[in-house]
Amino acid sequence: MATTILPDAPAPAPAEGTSTLAGSRRGDRLFKGVLTVAALAVPVLMAFLVYELYVGSRLAIERYGLGFVAGTTWDPVAEEFGAAPLIFGTLLSSLLALVIAVPLSLGVAIYLTEFAPRAVRQPIAFIIELLAAIPSVVYGLWGIFVLIPLLKAHVFPFLRDTLGFLPFFQGPIYGPSMLAASIILAIMIMPFIMSVAREVLLAVPGSQREAALALGATRWEAVVSAILPYARSGILGAIILGLGRALGETMAVTMLIGNRHEIAASLFAPGYTMAAVIANEFSEAATDIHFAALTYVALVLFLVTVTVNAAARLLIWRVGAGGGGKRS
Amino acid sequence: MAEPPPRLATVHLTAVYGKFTAVKDVSLGFRANTVNALIGPSGCGKSTFLRTLNRMHELSDGGWITGKVLLDGEDIYGSRVSPMQLRRRIGMVFQKPTPFPTMSIYDNVAAGLRLNGRRPRGELDEIVERSLRDAALWEEVKDRLQASALALSGGQQQRLCIARSIAPRPQVVLLDEPTASLDPGGTQRIEELVFELKKDYTIVIVTHNMQQAARVSDTTSFFYMGAMIESGPTRQIFTAPREERTEAYITGRFG
Ligand SMILES: Nc1ncnc2c1ncn2[C@@H]1O[C@H](COP(=O)(O)OP(=O)(O)O)[C@@H](O)[C@H]1O
Ligand SMILES: [Mg+2]
Repeated sequence: MATTILPDAPAPAPAEGTSTLAGSRRGDRLFKGVLTVAALAVPVLMAFLVYELYVGSRLAIERYGLGFVAGTTWDPVAEEFGAAPLIFGTLLSSLLALVIAVPLSLGVAIYLTEFAPRAVRQPIAFIIELLAAIPSVVYGLWGIFVLIPLLKAHVFPFLRDTLGFLPFFQGPIYGPSMLAASIILAIMIMPFIMSVAREVLLAVPGSQREAALALGATRWEAVVSAILPYARSGILGAIILGLGRALGETMAVTMLIGNRHEIAASLFAPGYTMAAVIANEFSEAATDIHFAALTYVALVLFLVTVTVNAAARLLIWRVGAGGGGKRS
Repeated sequence: MAEPPPRLATVHLTAVYGKFTAVKDVSLGFRANTVNALIGPSGCGKSTFLRTLNRMHELSDGGWITGKVLLDGEDIYGSRVSPMQLRRRIGMVFQKPTPFPTMSIYDNVAAGLRLNGRRPRGELDEIVERSLRDAALWEEVKDRLQASALALSGGQQQRLCIARSIAPRPQVVLLDEPTASLDPGGTQRIEELVFELKKDYTIVIVTHNMQQAARVSDTTSFFYMGAMIESGPTRQIFTAPREERTEAYITGRFG
């Protein structure tokens, strides 16, 4: 018994709008519309944020102008506000945190992807990623009760004795300081840099490692000559992620940096950051101008963060695009 | 007249991944300045065998061997042998071209030499030029040595990898299906090159392609399921194989 596939007569055309073939396009269009709105919301929100910050800080902008970022006095009573020590503190603490965290995180990432016994790779990576989930106030408390006593009793005196000829390691040791804050920042951003760098290193094709090894490279030489260069833009990305977090971190830094409006050469001296001053003073700001000055600080922090990140992205882009061509 | 001793030889070589034996008891010799083809269906252990010859196999998970591999009579698995030094004497080229993407053409060729410490610029220039000439790539790249290696075509990249592997002047060059990812033009150039290279090197080449083995090699060894079934002069293997499985494979009845 044969069944015929072809209908004897053409099937009647479906009524307008009821075709099963037509329906899917409407769903697509709706989906696309929703996504477009969501995507547009981001720049709109950004613009709104900048506008709000501008309106909130207008009083301070009109009164202090651009001199605000160069001023070094912060005196709410005399209504004198300058943000230079804050900007300095934010940039220096983040930079120092990177200096400490980057080699360590890269070292761990390289160890975990290239050298560690297979059985421990996943567990260690997992534990490190858990560190990223600890609330920053907990880091702050740990810093106050564990880290600072340790630094004060052993590390700082040691640094002063060995590197004391440098201005960075001179002067009285209080405990809360630029260096203590930078160290806690470094500890906090390490999990981020480490886990992204690890992902990036895992994504390097095994053939690159093999090619280097086949040339007679040791495992370490293969890392340096083939794997790290291959992964360099991704690793820069990991570092920038860490930098972004360090620039904006508030709580733990406030608890450890000493909160003093001062630009000191010594890393043992207390300092202040933009995020910390906003967190500390916002709820207590009694005058309109104090309030405006804090909002102005927020605006500057926003601009600094955006600028640093944009510059860093540009760097990644250039490094990524400019493969080869270096002559040694 | 006695046969000259082989440059590279395996003696009862067995190669294992964990519990899985990928190469079983293979004894083979490769004479100096010959091209030696390894053929056989995919998964039969050709690559594994090749990688035991420069001790790359031991880098795989669970990879270990029994038996011997002799380079000029010396056991390369001897306790005093450094795998790194060995790999400078036995170069390797892989199936897919593996140039270092962040390096220039020049730096790619110099990569192996730089591992051996600094050399005067002039000497390095000379070796790079010689290696590129030997790899039949010099004329195409001499005006853009500082360009990225990624600017080259697939076939050129593979010749670049050959240049890189011969720059440290190895005695043996191992090629693992070097033309598998290339178009016919690129394939032909590599084949011509392999034929040229035997003047200076001993070549062991894994190939999937029977015609290629017939065209470029002096000896051919047929592998099947980890065992070496038959080995001999290429002409004999292709015209009068002794083993039925060899004949079945080269006539395309399986594989
Ligand atoms: N890293 C590895 N771990 C475990 N088994 C492997 C590994 N590499 C290859 N094998 C196995 O060893 C056998 C031989 O593989 P291979 O030497 O690559 O064959 P060929 O190159 O002839 O195609 C195959 O069965 C393959 O699955
Ligand atoms: Mg193979």
